[in-house]
Amino acid sequence: MIGLDAIGIAAAMLPAAVALHHARDTGAPRHWRNAAFWGAFAVTLGAGPWLPDLVNGGLVLAMVALATLGLRPAPVATSDEATRAAFARRWGARLFLPALALPIVTLGGTLALPAGRLGGLALVDPKQVTLAALVAGAAIALVLALRLTRPPRGTAACEARRLVDGIGWPIVLPQMLAALGGIFALAGVGKVVAGGVLGLVAIDTPLVASLVYGLGMALFTIVLGNAFAAFPILTLAFGVPILIQQLHGDPAAVAALGMLSGFCGTLLTPMAANFNIVPVAALELRDRFAVIRVQAPTALLLLVFNIAALTLLAFPGGPK
Amino acid sequence: MLVLSGVVIIVLGFALRVHPLLVVTAAAFASAAAAGHGPLAVIALIGKAFVDARFLAVAWLALPAIGLLERAGLREQARAVVQRLRRATAGRVLLGYFLLRQAAAALGLTALGGHVPMVRPIVAPMVEGAAERDADAPLDDDTRQRLRAHAAAVDNIALFFGEDVFIAVGSILLIRAILQQEGVTVAPLEVALWAIPTALAALLIHGARLLRLDRTLSR
Repeated sequence: MIGLDAIGIAAAMLPAAVALHHARDTGAPRHWRNAAFWGAFAVTLGAGPWLPDLVNGGLVLAMVALATLGLRPAPVATSDEATRAAFARRWGARLFLPALALPIVTLGGTLALPAGRLGGLALVDPKQVTLAALVAGAAIALVLALRLTRPPRGTAACEARRLVDGIGWPIVLPQMLAALGGIFALAGVGKVVAGGVLGLVAIDTPLVASLVYGLGMALFTIVLGNAFAAFPILTLAFGVPILIQQLHGDPAAVAALGMLSGFCGTLLTPMAANFNIVPVAALELRDRFAVIRVQAPTALLLLVFNIAALTLLAFPGGPK
Repeated sequence: MLVLSGVVIIVLGFALRVHPLLVVTAAAFASAAAAGHGPLAVIALIGKAFVDARFLAVAWLALPAIGLLERAGLREQARAVVQRLRRATAGRVLLGYFLLRQAAAALGLTALGGHVPMVRPIVAPMVEGAAERDADAPLDDDTRQRLRAHAAAVDNIALFFGEDVFIAVGSILLIRAILQQEGVTVAPLEVALWAIPTALAALLIHGARLLRLDRTLSR
């Protein structure tokens, strides 16, 4: 049965190919440093579940050290602007097909095998169907792109390295932040902050309770980088005992608007790396906070909206 | 209180522009040490958590196909398509993508979109192409950067405030599970209904900003 381990091995193929490409690029400066960085990443993805935790941790620290030294990979050749314009005229709208195959196969696979079973056969772990479909979608998109554009041998690895090098170390940042989130939870960071806030203000009206819960969800999400990590802490500390039990707020409204206030925080924090930092690298932006700056006005207005909706609509007898 | 040292390191580190991977590692060591874990235990904890989160790396598998298509002129093609549509201004292209992404997410189709498979090769070139045609000149670098940041922001905002309208999304399952722990039962449909006002507010607020963007570009 296809589970997370097999999916991890599939995910390891990309950094492994990039590491090999760097290792064989012997004339380029820092080729071993880059090969080691992507090689270590590939090992944690593919072999991580069978290695001792300490070895995986050592590999992660080695990646941190190499990235801090500076990867600064040598550029690889790709097509020039005139060639691309000529290619675009030749293939036209057909170029969109492989790009759209990825989401279409992912959706199709997720919808066709909801329980991971094909004709009574347990093919995919039901919890990992979307990820398995994503792997299949990426493979099919690659085959279609190769068949359409018929590039010289080795071009796929070369182009993969160009994009991976272009994005660089932010590729591993989401996993580092997930690890940090786990350590914060273990150390009880959330509970310490929640306890501090509870001691500061008297929370006895819908307005104050909504403000504390909504702002708290946004602030905790900014610190932890993930509304899913903030939600249990805030909801168990204030949401259920005060907004729901003491003030009789509607549970569905309190929880939904609390989570959505957390999402406003996600739009404001570099800790949510895959939403706010990875696109900075993928789109070659100079300012590390460029995406957050654009999102901030919408995020703040929506936070006000959520807190107002909570105060005005969620409590019997209205706000007092 | 010492467990908060990790949070302080994160805030200072990001503010002082220290390498983010180094900041995150230092914060992990500080908070774990304050909670009584030795250095070797912290390294093992980081290793285990990093491997447990390896599902996050699957999305990068799109890169080889996207790279091949970019080499073959996908971005130029996206730009050319939009330049033929006279009424497609930069703000309207962004708003169109917002509507598509939010509607798909509300139906549970969150896979339709993303910064690497969709924004970089297709949406951003379309937005830049529309702005270039309307300005009748190559874009200056600051404008190009601003438009790209807008394209990334649309992908995020439309996803976040669309997906909660779908009853089987992860956040609604989490809400149910946490409230259930405290003996409070909610129906997924009720939670999803409470996400609709914010979804509409997000569309109105961000849509208005996108249409204003066209006016600032034409000046």
